[in-house]
Amino acid sequence: MSPDLSALELVITADPALLAIVRLSLVVSLSAAFLAALVGVPLGALVALATFRGRTAVIVLLNAFMGLPPVVVGLVTYLALSHSGPLGVLEWLFTPKAMVFAQTILVTPIIAALTRQTVEDLWLEYRDEFLAMNVGPLRRVGALVWDARFSLVTALLAGFGRAAAEVGAVLIVGGNIEGLTRTMTTAIALETSKGDLPLAIGLGGVLMVIVVAVNAVAWGARHVGERWAG
Amino acid sequence: MTASGLATNLPVVLENVSVVREPVTILDRVSLAFATGEPAVLIGPNGSGKTTLLRLCMGLIAPSRGQVTWAGRTAAPPTRRAIVFQHPAMLRRSVAANLHFALATAAVPRTARAGRTAELLVLAGLTELAGRPARTLSGGERQRLAVVRALARNPEILFLDEPTASLDPAASKSVEAIVRAVVARGIKVVMSTHDLGQARRLAGDIVLMHRGRIVETAPAATFFTAPRTREAERFLAGELLV
Repeated sequence: MSPDLSALELVITADPALLAIVRLSLVVSLSAAFLAALVGVPLGALVALATFRGRTAVIVLLNAFMGLPPVVVGLVTYLALSHSGPLGVLEWLFTPKAMVFAQTILVTPIIAALTRQTVEDLWLEYRDEFLAMNVGPLRRVGALVWDARFSLVTALLAGFGRAAAEVGAVLIVGGNIEGLTRTMTTAIALETSKGDLPLAIGLGGVLMVIVVAVNAVAWGARHVGERWAG
Repeated sequence: MTASGLATNLPVVLENVSVVREPVTILDRVSLAFATGEPAVLIGPNGSGKTTLLRLCMGLIAPSRGQVTWAGRTAAPPTRRAIVFQHPAMLRRSVAANLHFALATAAVPRTARAGRTAELLVLAGLTELAGRPARTLSGGERQRLAVVRALARNPEILFLDEPTASLDPAASKSVEAIVRAVVARGIKVVMSTHDLGQARRLAGDIVLMHRGRIVETAPAATFFTAPRTREAERFLAGELLV
């Protein structure tokens, strides 16, 4: 049987090993995107609305960190979580928690930078009205984030996409341990190097379907939402 | 103090006020007062300083020289004054939610917001469109919503910056009807317009501006029948003031 057909068989028969890898990948990437959103959205909104010395430098850094190399993030996280590192006491190294931690670091600047741009654009539009209405700072942030929520979906998607597709960071801090820290991307890399193409192709196909499906759902949600909210 | 417990804003007094954005002097030594009473209408060509004057009175910008006072105070939060911009921004929410937001920012109790929203929707003639996204409204509907959204702050003075610019006659008429209803509630209206016909229909007092200066202030009836200045005569005759 050709590798393509074997891969199809693995997917159709819901191979337990393949499902476990897919499940772990989704849990890790969605958790990282969620945690990054908790940090990145308020951070981006704050940078968009606050005026402080060095704001331009912060914006440049945020934008630059969108391109953080995953292997560097993995290495730094590895050093921090290793026994002699400052976070070694957590004993997260080579666990899914370490993978979530590393991916959160990777994704937060993406969500923060895109949120900053989105909120700043909307602030320019709302500024006069909010000043005339004497809207306080907290309500201002809340209203801008709420009104930009459909645009922010794109930021969250970009974050999830980055997390789901990266391999370097999770490979270093997770160790690609079968049944424990093996994700779709690390498994694809490993199985390809071993010559086990059916599993690699099957996982690759599933990864593509997930990414396309998540984007399609988010696109639909955004357009329905915009039609509803204006 | 007013019945609502908030400090009054009236009269709004400008004393020898200039606004300079180098190298341009936008307002030049303007002295003017707005107290309770009939609507005051600012007229004058583009660039005469009407919008800047309204923003100054609202407290959105500070004068470069001179001072603005609200009931004698040089600093007063805009609790009971409101403004409608020429191109008001609609929040990305429904018509009703725009009003809810304005009521919330004006500290109207949560329990009273639904009733006040319904009342404002009736005033704007937008009850049927309450659930519609505000950004999908027509130009006239947007302006009507913007006016009643400003009323959510329960202002004692309302500034309107060319509220019917670029509206067709029917839409202008509906906005003017709301302005009359606002005036009937005892709210002082100060508005700018290019439309002399509209000024005749609405104004109690006229302020003619040109090149950042007040050229003439007068009761509307006097201004339109017996203008005192050469610029006013030319403006009423339809000549271009440049």
